[in-house]
Amino acid sequence: MDDFIAARSQMALSLGFHIVFSCIGMVMPFFMAVAHYKWLKTKNIVYRNVTKAWSKGVAIFFATGAVSGTVLSFELGLLWPEFMKHAGPIFGMPFSLEGTAFFIEAIALGFFLYGWNRFNPWFHWFTGVVVGISGLASGILVVAANAWMNSPAGFDYVNGQYLNVDPIKAMFNDAWFSQALHMSIAAFVATGFAVAGVHALMILRGQNVEFHRKAFRIAAIFGTVAAVLQPLSGDISAKDVAKRQPAKFAAMEAHFHTEKPAAFTLGGIPDEKNKTVDYAIRIPYLLSFLANGDFHSEVTGLDKIPKEDQPPVAIVHYAFQIMIGLGVAMMLIAFIYFTAIWKKKEWLNTKWLLKLFVIATPMGFIAVEAGWTVTEVGRQPWIIHGVMRTADAVTPMPGIAYSFYIFTAVYISLAFIVSFMLYRQIRMVGKVYDVADNNEKTH
Amino acid sequence: MLYVVIIFLWVSILLYLLLGGADFGAGITELFTSPKNRPQVRQTLYKAIGPIWEANHMWLIIAIVILLVGFPEIYSTMSTYLHIPLAIMLLGIIARGTAFAFRHYDAVVDDMQEVYNRIFAWSSFITPFFLGIIAGSSVSGQIDTEARDFLTSYIYSWLSWFTVAIGLFTVAICGFLAAVYLIGEAENPQERARFRKKAFVMNIAAVASGGLVFLAAYRQNIPLWEWTFGNATGIAAVIAATASLIILWYLMYQGRTMILRVLAGFQVSMILLAVTFSHFPNIVILKQGTLSLMDHAGHEKTIEALAMALLIGSVFILPALFYLMWSFQRSAMPHDSYDA
Repeated sequence: MDDFIAARSQMALSLGFHIVFSCIGMVMPFFMAVAHYKWLKTKNIVYRNVTKAWSKGVAIFFATGAVSGTVLSFELGLLWPEFMKHAGPIFGMPFSLEGTAFFIEAIALGFFLYGWNRFNPWFHWFTGVVVGISGLASGILVVAANAWMNSPAGFDYVNGQYLNVDPIKAMFNDAWFSQALHMSIAAFVATGFAVAGVHALMILRGQNVEFHRKAFRIAAIFGTVAAVLQPLSGDISAKDVAKRQPAKFAAMEAHFHTEKPAAFTLGGIPDEKNKTVDYAIRIPYLLSFLANGDFHSEVTGLDKIPKEDQPPVAIVHYAFQIMIGLGVAMMLIAFIYFTAIWKKKEWLNTKWLLKLFVIATPMGFIAVEAGWTVTEVGRQPWIIHGVMRTADAVTPMPGIAYSFYIFTAVYISLAFIVSFMLYRQIRMVGKVYDVADNNEKTH
Repeated sequence: MLYVVIIFLWVSILLYLLLGGADFGAGITELFTSPKNRPQVRQTLYKAIGPIWEANHMWLIIAIVILLVGFPEIYSTMSTYLHIPLAIMLLGIIARGTAFAFRHYDAVVDDMQEVYNRIFAWSSFITPFFLGIIAGSSVSGQIDTEARDFLTSYIYSWLSWFTVAIGLFTVAICGFLAAVYLIGEAENPQERARFRKKAFVMNIAAVASGGLVFLAAYRQNIPLWEWTFGNATGIAAVIAATASLIILWYLMYQGRTMILRVLAGFQVSMILLAVTFSHFPNIVILKQGTLSLMDHAGHEKTIEALAMALLIGSVFILPALFYLMWSFQRSAMPHDSYDA
């Protein structure tokens, strides 16, 4: 394996792994805070059990997310030293703030996980909320750093020199808001659907139905509300990308030829040689509208972008289609669920609705991974858009392929262990949190 | 403002050594405990580090972020030439962090526990060992930025008797800190005696490996002796460290566990001061020249922003962290004056 490809693969693997854990780590605290609030308000023991069961899951995910995040802060230098040498002082501001947010999250988590019966119940509840808020803040800050790579700001690039550095301007670059918004909502969609799906499955199996119903409801509300909001933030992102990174936008849509007005390409197999997309459905005018808010506007195609500045088209296009498809599917499920809550209460007790959620369990996370593929692969060949090429940033050390193999093996084993532990947690719900048992030893 | 950043960097490294190091040491203690006594040691150390263990390791992140934002050339040089030990250390961090969480949050207690235990204990040894190697190679002058072959560039940049001795020394220091801290957490006199013995053994190991470090430095022509004893601050720090060690052993049986902890922490801080002070501000010593914190700092605006971020951050972090440690310390307080 080529060292450059190995370095990119290792980075992609590390980010792809970390993103799942960080999403869960930043969203689950909010679910727990709701369950915890209900326990404190209603004194219904089931809510306390839900909170405790979730908090054990969160402890596992947080620990895994914390170490995979630590690894990333080193990997930036291990794999891309040339990039970090120049970019570090410019886009590092969000990282230094993120350090604080992450630290506070770890402290608050210590209070929350070990604080049962030790503190005032509402202080204890509050520490759980702090875990969520600081987690969300960490996520936003890290995404702001990534946004800088897509939309470099806060410096002047003159003859290979990085001058007039302004780290604050770099942090508030043009892409930070749209990217951070899209990612934060995505975290809620993905975690909400994943958690709701697992609890839906347990309800279908008829195990500890009351416990799982309460848990399901909290997760499903968060997930579905976020799923309805996500297309709106996606629209903001799309318009932003079309303006700033026309090459990425063209690759997302496999838009080979500049058109006015431009049609939206749904699905299909891009043929990069002949510059066509086979078996695709084309919707006239739509792409012009998505890109510029005007049905008759021109949309730049790949033909206007020099070959050496083009990202790989097929991967970006497929990833984008997967993300959109899953996003729409989850939005439809969300509408069905809202209908069930407001108009058709009888649907809530039907098996098909729960089955729908079971099927949707992995959708959010697949969409998150696909979305990151769009952002990261779509930025290629640049590591700093328009300024530094990824190939120029890679470490001179040979043999990165072996490092990639080792990290792959480690991450795959970790994924297995975490899934295995999650499976055991869920299986133990009946024993640990049986309501009849717990009523006597309420504490 | 640059000094603010440098002080934060030094303090983060120190706190990582004192808190994170003690965490590693807890695992090292477990590794060197007979299988029969392990369950109890495990329980005590979990009680001690459970609530704060995530926070203890955040100091490493703060230190690395300061380097990558404020001193990019130092960060990228180290990550290029010390790639291999850094990667091994990272694997150690992954293994340790996850094994610790897994063994306490696995819903079913079965044979898997033994797997997590093994991974936890061994990675607790390997991680600080490589941290020591990294620290050693950053000042040993082994990094050769002009080398063209793989071995010189990426292996001999960190592998030598000196760095290995520092690795062992770091492990011993971590074990010593943990054993002293754990005396105050022990549930009964037998356990307390066990940790005292561990502290003694680790102390001997630290002295022995410390001797090795000087020996290796002498053989590799590293002026360690001069760095440590060549200036007043270095000598004062060494004297303070030795004195605190003597007082520590004198007070060992008097049952004031808090004072023991403070003394052990103070002693380690003095060692770090002695070895870093004399070649400050040169944080990395290469075969060709040095990388200085003063000359290789990032742009002025970056340093200002970083200093502000650190100052504001510490306003939030320090009180919260202190309250966390204090809250979970309280339960241990009654033991403080036990069998005097």
